[in-house]
Amino acid sequence: MSDEHRTPVEIGTVSENDPHLQPAAKNPDTVEHVTAFTFVLGLLGVAGFGAAYWVNAKPWILGATMGFGLFFLGVGLVAWGKYLMPRGPFMESRHPLANSEADRDAFAAAIVERGAGVVKRRKMLAGLLGGGLGVFSIVAIFPLLRSLGPLPKGTLFHTDWRKGSYAVDQTGRRVSVGELTVGSIITVYPEGQQNTDRGQAVDQTVLIRISDEDYVTQKGRESWGPKGYLAYSKMCTHLGCPVGLYEQELQVLVCPCHQSMFNVTNGAVPEFGPAPRPLPQLPIYIDADGFIRSQSDYHQPVGPGFWERTTT
Amino acid sequence: MSDTTIPNTKRAQREAEGPYGKIGKSLNELDDRLGIAKGGRTFMDKIFPDHWSFMLGEIALYSFVILLVTGVFLTLYFVPSSATVIYHGAYKPLDGQRVTEAFDSTVNISFAVRGGLLVRQMHHWACDIFVGAIVVHMARVFFTGAFRKPRELNWTIGLTLLILAIANGFLGYSLPDDLVSGTGIRIAYSIMESIPLVGTYLAFFVFGGNFPGTAVIPRFFILHCLIVPLIILGLVGAHLFLLVRQKHTQFRGEGKTEENVVGSPMYPVFMAKTTGFLFIVGGATALLGAFAQINPIWQFGPYDAARISYAVQPDWYMGFLDGALRVFPAWEFTGFGHTWPLEVFIPAVLLPGIIFNLCFAWPLIERKMTGDNEIHHLLDRPRDRPKRTAAGVAMFALLAMLFIASSTDVIANFFHLSLNTVLWAMRILVILSPFVAYPITYKICKELQGFAGGGKRKTPNLVSRTVEGEYLATPTPRYHEDLDHELRPKLVPTFIEEEPDEPAESGVRTVDR
Repeated sequence: MSDEHRTPVEIGTVSENDPHLQPAAKNPDTVEHVTAFTFVLGLLGVAGFGAAYWVNAKPWILGATMGFGLFFLGVGLVAWGKYLMPRGPFMESRHPLANSEADRDAFAAAIVERGAGVVKRRKMLAGLLGGGLGVFSIVAIFPLLRSLGPLPKGTLFHTDWRKGSYAVDQTGRRVSVGELTVGSIITVYPEGQQNTDRGQAVDQTVLIRISDEDYVTQKGRESWGPKGYLAYSKMCTHLGCPVGLYEQELQVLVCPCHQSMFNVTNGAVPEFGPAPRPLPQLPIYIDADGFIRSQSDYHQPVGPGFWERTTT
Repeated sequence: MSDTTIPNTKRAQREAEGPYGKIGKSLNELDDRLGIAKGGRTFMDKIFPDHWSFMLGEIALYSFVILLVTGVFLTLYFVPSSATVIYHGAYKPLDGQRVTEAFDSTVNISFAVRGGLLVRQMHHWACDIFVGAIVVHMARVFFTGAFRKPRELNWTIGLTLLILAIANGFLGYSLPDDLVSGTGIRIAYSIMESIPLVGTYLAFFVFGGNFPGTAVIPRFFILHCLIVPLIILGLVGAHLFLLVRQKHTQFRGEGKTEENVVGSPMYPVFMAKTTGFLFIVGGATALLGAFAQINPIWQFGPYDAARISYAVQPDWYMGFLDGALRVFPAWEFTGFGHTWPLEVFIPAVLLPGIIFNLCFAWPLIERKMTGDNEIHHLLDRPRDRPKRTAAGVAMFALLAMLFIASSTDVIANFFHLSLNTVLWAMRILVILSPFVAYPITYKICKELQGFAGGGKRKTPNLVSRTVEGEYLATPTPRYHEDLDHELRPKLVPTFIEEEPDEPAESGVRTVDR
């Protein structure tokens, strides 16, 4: 391209002695030496990292060499840019982003008139196309939702405790009546579920012995506490964390997540914290061989609240 | 000298190649094909303000770079599966335990992969820094009014990035399937369940059934490693594009107007500083990874829904949600044949929803309240907009109190107080804090407005006595460093460093382009 066709563009004008071109440092030589020193340290650091990696050094040595190496390289580079390069200040002009009225009108007109013309003339076509795309966008959600997971149905309402289920510990051993002393606690599962995800998440139950005698927590639960054994769902009714702490002196189960406390003597009614409902109690009995077994499933859904949970 | 002279000196050779040598020739070849000369020059001249607060967004950007690099390393060794295996690895205390492949592979990364533990810890630290830097960067943008017209869209993108960063942090934290993260997923499941009408369906679709199921680890993995990072990357690109297109904001000062940007040019000054800063952020993250243990999952053990450990806290950015769940009262409502778990829904779904939507809407709210629809490139000092500043501080006060409330049990233990006392204290503080913070901040802003030249270093007064015995206080001149900045800003010159062997021909240069 020949020079005649070029239009001169406004550009910075400086003389050699312009203070804008001077380094920001008052003593550039010293800064240069310090910068060189940090670069050497950085070089040693990253080289050390390579060596440390090669010989499989301890993780902290890897981190320290790489960290100090990068850090010193970075500090040197920042110092170079900040103190040894022209300090400015420089500027650039800011032109309005908005275009001229004419350009804006032309743009708007193109969109509005062209588009409106096409759509207005073929209203039926536009409507049909819109309908098709609309239906597709709704239909497209169905397979996504229906194949991501099963519908909840009744699964949240039941656990795997059945009439006569043996209570077993995590190793699968059946728990018998002589096993717990008063004030002890153990986590039990319905036999067969002690190692399944569902058993651990949903069926988990705390078995507490609070007395030697049959114990009644609430009216209507006369047979639920044989020989002082009480069984409660271990899922907190707040957010489903396992209610893992037993305060023997206060007779409360504590949830470590948000400190809800449930009084085991009166049916695990929450006494403190954000849990809204008592822990459901599992009706149990002691069979002829002395094993702890469940009379039935829990009478209410276990765990945190959800929409389909009925009020009773 | 005739034109046929064969160039035999370095200088002559350079002249034959054109004034800018081989690089100049390559650039011309590139320009023939892409037409980048003009735009490229403008880009090299792009001005970055020198104020330190503009560095906060860079920390966020560079910690994201570190996250990508360390994350790619981790995907090479991590197995996103809930299948059960018996652990027989380098960490002997866990030997023989039933664990998931996800947990097994994470422990192996920590003990068997060379550099694995360092990279894991760097990845976790970089995430905490990433979210933190975004929050602090957004605070800067908010308190200086940088979100105002024309930058509302970039405010929205930035806020979306914050939400995605928090979400991806949680997803990644969940992947090792250890006891602490598993409890976090359990809580997330229950929070989804708490949403009226659709909650159980939502939870079942996300987890592929009842908790815990086997789908969640592979699903979180693909979200954490591909989908969310891809969206973040795209939005970061859009964020930076808008920043270049709209140019930087700047504080008021000597020579700074609505029509210019004053600072350092992209090339080479800013490029040197920012690349150096990338190394510094990387180095700092490596040092944290080397010396500050984070998320030692082999100590927590594998996840078992029936087990839990005491005093576990989520990553810091989840703290405010956990605190809200603790202080909110047990207000479950049952009616119309349904359960409304408001004690979960309000603090964990509605509250963050309100907070984030308020942040999204803030540019609009402020425009409505002030009636200011002008374009602004010059920043406010926080004191000059006392209502905005007070509103922002009130929000931070609320979040800070919620964050502190996430450790009620630890506070009670540490100060030997009853849990009940601490809980009620936090409930009162959470509610009161915004109402206390607002007027105090407002008052401080108003007071600060009274100081002329506030924020600048004061010089001593020279006190002298005249012959008549009169005392005079004369202010001494401003400090040398402060005066330096009063140079008039100039357009970026072509050569900001003259070559030593070529004497400058003239002081004034006009370059065609």
